[in-house]
Amino acid sequence: MSCVETIADYALRSIGFGERLLPREGYTLCQQFTLIGSGMIWNIYFGVLALCSGFVLAVALAVGKASANPLFRKPAEWVIFVFRGSPLFIQFFFAYLLFLSLKNSYPFFGAFTAAWAGALVVLFLNTAAYSGEIFYGALRSIPRGDMEAAEAYGITGWNKFRRITFPTMLRLAWPAYTNEAIFLFHATTLVFFSGFPAWQQRGDALYYANYFADKTFNPFVPYPILAFYFILLTLSVVGLFALASRRLNRHLPREARQKLRLRPNFLR
Amino acid sequence: MFAYCTDPASLDGLAWLACYLTTGKHMAFYASFGTVMLLLAITAPTALLFGFGGAVAARARFLPLRMLGKTYIAIVRSVPDIAFFLFFVIALDQGLEYLRLLALCPDWDQPVRQGNDFVVCSAAKLPSNSAPQWVHEVYGFLLAMFTFAIVFGAFAANVLFGAMMAVPRAQIETAEAYGMTRAQTFRRILVPQMWVYALPGLSNLWMVLVKATPLLFLLGVEDIVYWARELGGSVTPRFSDYPHGDWRVWYFLALLVFYLLLTRVSEIVLERLMKRLTFGQATTGGMAA
Repeated sequence: MSCVETIADYALRSIGFGERLLPREGYTLCQQFTLIGSGMIWNIYFGVLALCSGFVLAVALAVGKASANPLFRKPAEWVIFVFRGSPLFIQFFFAYLLFLSLKNSYPFFGAFTAAWAGALVVLFLNTAAYSGEIFYGALRSIPRGDMEAAEAYGITGWNKFRRITFPTMLRLAWPAYTNEAIFLFHATTLVFFSGFPAWQQRGDALYYANYFADKTFNPFVPYPILAFYFILLTLSVVGLFALASRRLNRHLPREARQKLRLRPNFLR
Repeated sequence: MFAYCTDPASLDGLAWLACYLTTGKHMAFYASFGTVMLLLAITAPTALLFGFGGAVAARARFLPLRMLGKTYIAIVRSVPDIAFFLFFVIALDQGLEYLRLLALCPDWDQPVRQGNDFVVCSAAKLPSNSAPQWVHEVYGFLLAMFTFAIVFGAFAANVLFGAMMAVPRAQIETAEAYGMTRAQTFRRILVPQMWVYALPGLSNLWMVLVKATPLLFLLGVEDIVYWARELGGSVTPRFSDYPHGDWRVWYFLALLVFYLLLTRVSEIVLERLMKRLTFGQATTGGMAA
């Protein structure tokens, strides 16, 4: 079987198109590259959707945590504490089992026992909590002078938030937020190793890499392939975020911009 | 455990629960919390050691060594840590067996990789087939621990590398002015001073390490996740004196609470440590104190 045929059979295998059976023999380099790459579709799906939806909740959580009113502050603090304080792996397990038992009484939750919805909810809440904490830190480090200047110009309330507070917060938080985005994409590999079943063997990149490592008993081929894909993904995330960062900082003089250059921080 | 536990079928309410929670399997479950703590207690210093080595390598004047250190640090940023875990557990095992093969079976002439099998002579098997069960378990645990140390060592290397850079330049220059050699400056000036700059990063790392411990389950160690799944699954009266439905959700809730408590306690301890260490130092924290 030529490599082109393999690609035609397996390139969309992870979302259910093409050959039904996974390769049983041979395990050529082409098969491994194609199938692991096919799994990346799920990693990108989870990462992009969780990041976009999580962003909205993260801003709300940050504003809530910075609020003087305990009615807003307390819930925001708790959500951030619970999701940052416990392992994502346990959250996945717990959420899956919770949805499973809810399904018995409310059939509505049936969809959430599948990875595409259930794991997405967990990742969404998780990244919202982490980003919320980052944004909260940025909110607190907005220069007081900026706010005073805004008020001196008569900009108050929603206008002040939209035109001064929010852009400045985003600008300050951006390097840390880039980091969070990278780790979110890494976290997506956990989905199919927790409770969520890979229905009809439709899994993510790590699921297929692990499949090949199990079958060939040779970890030195599939995992480097996975690493290759993830290095590409990380580089594109960093590139996209750098573009956004340039836009956020476009009003600053050049030397001040350089000071804000992304300083890689390796921890979540 | 208790005297009245001899006939669980006749019990109900709290007495049943007390007996249920003290069965032998539950004791193994509680002991596995010790496994997690043990992993943390061993891995943290080992990872710090690896990190120190990595940071020193990344600062080396010898180019290949510097490249090695930088690559070690950089690669963890781009690749999910769980992929490293799954990779290293097999890779280390096969590597060790291969080394033993070279040492113990010099007249072995077959290739090691035969199709989809990894074949070594029986003397090189690790642990040997005749070894008792606990040796297998300890070996598995050690492999997992070493894997954790390699991955978190890279994180620590990054933190320590940054901390070494953060020590004020004037301190190094003063040491050089006093005629200290590079090694002396490193030992007497740089290393003692870098810790306060490294602490925020290291506390963050500790939190990440704590939250990575459930991944032990994926490495084949019988840890808390393994037992929570085992004990929580529904059991029929035929197989157990304590039949119950699917209780896994409650077991995982307990694990969730355990981890929340662990991180909260760590947070408080690290905060105090930071206050103590920055006291009187020329950093923002120290100035405020």
